Amino acid sequence: MQQLMMGNEACALGAAAAGCNFFAGYPISPSSEIMEWMSRLLPVRGGVFVQMEDEIASIGAVIGASWTGAKAMTATSGPGFTLMQENIGYASMTETPCVIIDAQRVGPSTGMPTMPAQGDVIQARYGSHGDRAAIVLTASTVLDTYTMTVEAFNLSERYRQPVVLLLDAMLCHMRENVTVPDLEVIDRARPASLDGFEPFAGEEFLAFGDGARLIVTGLTHDEAGYQRASNGDTGERMMRRVLHRLERDAEVITHTRQESLEDATLVLIAYGITARAARSAVHKLRAEGVSAGLLELLTLWPFPERLIASVAQRAQTLLVPELNLGQVELLVRAAAGGTPVVALGRMDGSLLKPEEIVAKAHEALTNAEATI
Amino acid sequence: MKSGPDLRQYLRQESMPNVWCPGCGHGSVMAALTRAFDNLQLDLDQTVVVGGIGCASRMPFFLNTNGMHTTHGRALAFATGVKLASPDLNVITVMGDGDALSIGGNHLIHACRRNIDLTALILNNGIYGMTGGQLAPTTPQGFRSTTSSLGSIEVPFDAVDLALAAGATYVARTTTFDFEEIPALIETAIKHPGFALVEILSQCPTYFGRLNRLGDGRALLDYERDSTAPQEEITREQLVGRFSVGVFREEIRPEYTRRYAALLERARRDGNA
Ligand SMILES: Cc1ncc(C[n+]2csc(CCOP(=O)(O)OP(=O)(O)O)c2C)c(N)n1
Ligand code: SF4
Repeated sequence: MQQLMMGNEACALGAAAAGCNFFAGYPISPSSEIMEWMSRLLPVRGGVFVQMEDEIASIGAVIGASWTGAKAMTATSGPGFTLMQENIGYASMTETPCVIIDAQRVGPSTGMPTMPAQGDVIQARYGSHGDRAAIVLTASTVLDTYTMTVEAFNLSERYRQPVVLLLDAMLCHMRENVTVPDLEVIDRARPASLDGFEPFAGEEFLAFGDGARLIVTGLTHDEAGYQRASNGDTGERMMRRVLHRLERDAEVITHTRQESLEDATLVLIAYGITARAARSAVHKLRAEGVSAGLLELLTLWPFPERLIASVAQRAQTLLVPELNLGQVELLVRAAAGGTPVVALGRMDGSLLKPEEIVAKAHEALTNAEATI
Repeated sequence: MKSGPDLRQYLRQESMPNVWCPGCGHGSVMAALTRAFDNLQLDLDQTVVVGGIGCASRMPFFLNTNGMHTTHGRALAFATGVKLASPDLNVITVMGDGDALSIGGNHLIHACRRNIDLTALILNNGIYGMTGGQLAPTTPQGFRSTTSSLGSIEVPFDAVDLALAAGATYVARTTTFDFEEIPALIETAIKHPGFALVEILSQCPTYFGRLNRLGDGRALLDYERDSTAPQEEITREQLVGRFSVGVFREEIRPEYTRRYAALLERARRDGNA
């Protein structure tokens, strides 16, 4: 059955479908409707909804709830996402499954509260101090918003990590017809027995109250959970283990959409709301006889650098349109080898139009010819 | 020494020795807490002790319960999530005065306001121990710290006044000098169906004692004795630089997780959304 729904509503419904039973948040545009929806959806399902005193408390409560076994989520936007960073690092350090929705708006600071942006890409990965593993997803349609919310829960449960889903003000408030899909739901693995079980040795998770008297700390700790704050080797080993897991499963975690890449000499690499304009730009360019293609990224981190490297090898020019001043462009540049990378960025609260992308593509192609 | 139950079962041997300096008051509070556990015969599997960051907040490591050592000031935020998601767990937070009243002040007043069934212990030593003796929001006026070497001009917070105003339903204050009183206050706090705050004046000989020339841990207990009086015996005017001790409030008001359970029941009946 088709339903007309808003991005924020799709996100809340996706969370409910994924089995989310705990939500803590603090209102902020453009994410507030997610919270409002959760406040209606959770009580009838026996779940917990709480409006906390701020975003630091919201993510704190989410992590606390997750350690009792709850599937917990919060939703915010730039200013709140920045406040959450210390505790997101804590979730990462303590291998706590949880989902954080960041509905991006123009920054820095209060910026343009109701206007779309894609300026939190690097923050989502490196916002918390220190090196850590990170899973960051995004979406370009209302249906995506639903499915990627489910995927965010699935990945967080499977890898015991906080997962960030980046939306934007446009997608959050846009309405589209959606046929709600039936998706697989993954729950965190439980140890078969408590005998010799080490709570921080792998993906199996034991909650408070399950009989093991756990110690959970943001200090560097070993597999048993005991702090080893003056033992650097332990800290690096523990972090590398998680990074290795994500590396090993990169294929499963990396979601992309690829269009007309086979013979493309000009490849657009786009994500989120901008991928829509990039797709129609590719259609227009093809109609003009330009062999353009699109690589849409739905997973931003782990960054699919190998895929981009192989696309870059076949292409002559890469064009990265995004609503910031070059955050993904920087990463593409690092992966592209010698292939020229052209940026098309803006942070004025308006979307990139297909025509602007087409114009930039022509400019890039002319420049490429000039250098040959 | 008085013979009593073997309290070592309440301590996590793997984490010993603890981190506290000789003469630090935090160890006394932990000893009192284990007595309270014993008197209540608390189910340790179903108990979670949540700390923030600081010397006091290290306590979860040393107790044989579930432990969560979180971020500076945020113990009550994490604890709120634990308790809401799993109301049957006993959730006890242990915080320093900087933890609870400075960086975590917002979480404290909101936990009081919700009247959520948490036990909050604030170990107030009037200084930042872990970071090396800086000014705390509880440092008495005129007292020295490494960031107030000429004597503090700041007006200190009174945790009890704050908790009473914010709506906590059990509020008590005592000192490590009054060690024998602590277990009973903590027991009542754990049993209390609502937000229960016990402030315990604790001594930091390493910084508070040394910087203010008050002497070692033992001498600081005398300072605690001399700077406190039972609430009945002290007027507001006499309170400058001194503390009243005792139980300031013990009353039953609707508790948050129970109010939430009632809301769930209504939602189930009406079945909207
Ligand atoms: C966000 C953040 N800011 C500052 C610190 C540094 N820090 C650690 S403990 C502490 C204060 C400790 O004092 P208190 O809470 O009174 O506890 P005590 O150590 O005296 O028991 C500070 C400022 C930190 N860990 N995190
Ligand atoms: S620094 Fe002070 S508070 Fe910290 S352990 Fe030593 S005596 Fe205790």
